[in-house]
Amino acid sequence: MSILSIANLRLRRGEREILRGVNASVAAGELVALMGLSGGGKTTVLRCVAALETFEDGVIDVGGVELRPGPPPLRATIRELRTRVGMVFQLHYLFEHLSVMDNVTLAPVQVAHVPRADAERRALDLLETLGVAHRRNALPRELSGGEAQRVAIARAMAMEPPLLLMDEPTASLDPARRSELGETLVQLTKSGRTLVVTTHDDDFARDFATRVVILAEGEVVEEGDPRQVLTHPQHEATKRLLQSAWSEKKEA
Amino acid sequence: MRRLALLLLLIASAASAQQPVFRWGGDAEGGAPFVEADPSDPLKLRGFDVEVAEQIAKGLGKRPEFHQVGFADIDQSVQRGDFEIGMSGVEDTPARRRMLAATIPYFEFHEVLTMRAEDRGKFSTLAALRGRRIGTLGGTIAYELVLAAEKTDGVIVVSYDDDVHPYADLRAGRLDAVLLDNVIAVRSMRRVPGLWTEPQPVATGHYIGVLATGNTALRDQVNDILRARMRDGTLERIYRKWGIWDAYQPAFFAGVLNAEAGAKAAESSHPSQNLDIVLRYIPALLRASLITIVLSCAAMGLAVFAGVLIASGRVYGSALVRVLLTIYVEVVRGTPVLLQLFVLYYGLSSVIRLPAFLAALLGLGLNYAAYESEIYRGALEAVPRGQLEAARTLGLSESQVLRLVRGPQAFRIALAPMTNDFVALLKDSSLVSVITVIELTKQTSIFAANIGSWVIPGILCAALYLALSLPLSRLAGRLENRWRAATE
Repeated sequence: MSILSIANLRLRRGEREILRGVNASVAAGELVALMGLSGGGKTTVLRCVAALETFEDGVIDVGGVELRPGPPPLRATIRELRTRVGMVFQLHYLFEHLSVMDNVTLAPVQVAHVPRADAERRALDLLETLGVAHRRNALPRELSGGEAQRVAIARAMAMEPPLLLMDEPTASLDPARRSELGETLVQLTKSGRTLVVTTHDDDFARDFATRVVILAEGEVVEEGDPRQVLTHPQHEATKRLLQSAWSEKKEA
Repeated sequence: MRRLALLLLLIASAASAQQPVFRWGGDAEGGAPFVEADPSDPLKLRGFDVEVAEQIAKGLGKRPEFHQVGFADIDQSVQRGDFEIGMSGVEDTPARRRMLAATIPYFEFHEVLTMRAEDRGKFSTLAALRGRRIGTLGGTIAYELVLAAEKTDGVIVVSYDDDVHPYADLRAGRLDAVLLDNVIAVRSMRRVPGLWTEPQPVATGHYIGVLATGNTALRDQVNDILRARMRDGTLERIYRKWGIWDAYQPAFFAGVLNAEAGAKAAESSHPSQNLDIVLRYIPALLRASLITIVLSCAAMGLAVFAGVLIASGRVYGSALVRVLLTIYVEVVRGTPVLLQLFVLYYGLSSVIRLPAFLAALLGLGLNYAAYESEIYRGALEAVPRGQLEAARTLGLSESQVLRLVRGPQAFRIALAPMTNDFVALLKDSSLVSVITVIELTKQTSIFAANIGSWVIPGILCAALYLALSLPLSRLAGRLENRWRAATE
């Protein structure tokens, strides 16, 4: 059963065609790695699904909520969409003026109207699962990159969205942290979440993703089982992607 | 050849300009009959003070040269040597005689009460005005009289910087009476209809010329000239021409000419009771500081409130709202706050008669609101877009994003410039004295005029302003640090 389907998504900014008819479908419980070279449109696809961008053509369907081009969607549609999709940004964007705990409880208290005490209990559980409960009173600027990422995941998870989008979570993580993150994400899929993760890291995709989708120049060029696709690339773009990932690793 | 001719011409013109000048200072804003710009040739001056100065210059064999100076600053200006003599309705007071070299009096005037024609006969003395508002010119004998009556007779003193607005405000009902020189009263009754002046004078005073403290030699020369012009009828002719010759003057002239000998002995008691005067003024200064504080805090409160609304309107509003608010902000920022205060208090008085304090509060508050709104708008736009998008993906509505994320973060960005503005507002609050609110600076300048020196009042006033602004800057610094510091 598909929880997210993207049909013929086209997006243009000025003269530049960023997405040229993207088609993709994600089933519940999957951990999809969305891969591609920089500028290939990975982040833009996520931002379209999260209704942070408008687009020129195509349909996005998130568990029955449809996004289409044209006038901005109704407030009710957006509200419905927010309950289905969560997002973790590459730069986390934790609320600078709030403590870790308040970052996680803000939406449950203000949007879902959960009593504060309940929200805090749940937030503490989440932070414990992610290994950052001891930082609950810290301000975002006092966190390390890895800690900030876990708090950002906890913040998105606090609203319990069935679908979670993550933009470049592996960037700037060392290999040990990367596999910790991978295991955390696998745990999340086991508890019923669906994840779409953009990444440059083919090892990460091979080890943890259930499926990989390769995006190049605004189009899906290849997709399938990560071990299959990333070991025997069929498309030129996939080969170039693996090459650049390999040279990056060698430098590191 | 032509060059030589030109040179000769230059020398000739320089020689004619070299006739020694006699510099005299006065306030042309004081207007007729004292000193005013000639309506037919605004570059020329006319008035009885102008003619008296011309007589003095003539007696000295010099060419008169006028220097414009604000009425309240004549004493300070002559003391620092801007001109030799100050004279445009300068009153004879003990403080002046103590601080400066004063000439003999050359005109006798009377402090008279003016009221609305319908109140004719109701208030013949200051005591009859208990609980009423009396307007007058700050720093004058009349001001001191009303101030004294405030204590003994419970009248309310309203001080002005000029002598035109008191009569306009009297007609408009903001005042119940005006106490000023009969010369000014007579002139004002011609300008403002429907007024009546009580013929019985409240007090008598004299106009004198003032010179710098050490300049007694010139002063004595001037005195001789003035006496000669009294004797030969020149002054009488001038006063008659300007319609200020009255029944009091002959006796006054006679008195002055008889007292020739006594006058010189009367002066030269030096400033020894200054400390006493300083102590007497401290409660008034503290009260004025309180007005400055209350006014600044209330105006800042209004500025913050209105500023937030304007900034939100300019960031979130429709195109029409944005245009209107932009016009407001640009007009307010592009015109002097002094002008805005005048318009609010005097300009609108035919539509709405705002009490002075309220007008001051509105004027300063709405002026600073424009500046605050720019700070908030800048701060709102400085909040990273990612913060807003993160809030949106969590399901917060646009108003929640503003209230819970954008607003609080913008507030932290705005805090430091806001504090600067508050300190600036504290100092700008001194401008409201033009609409009769007596705050710290105005009280200080009254104080300085009375003791004839700015040194002690200036230091006291600066100390009070610093005592107000320093804790503020410190407090803001602490608040900023608290938000920066860890809450761990």
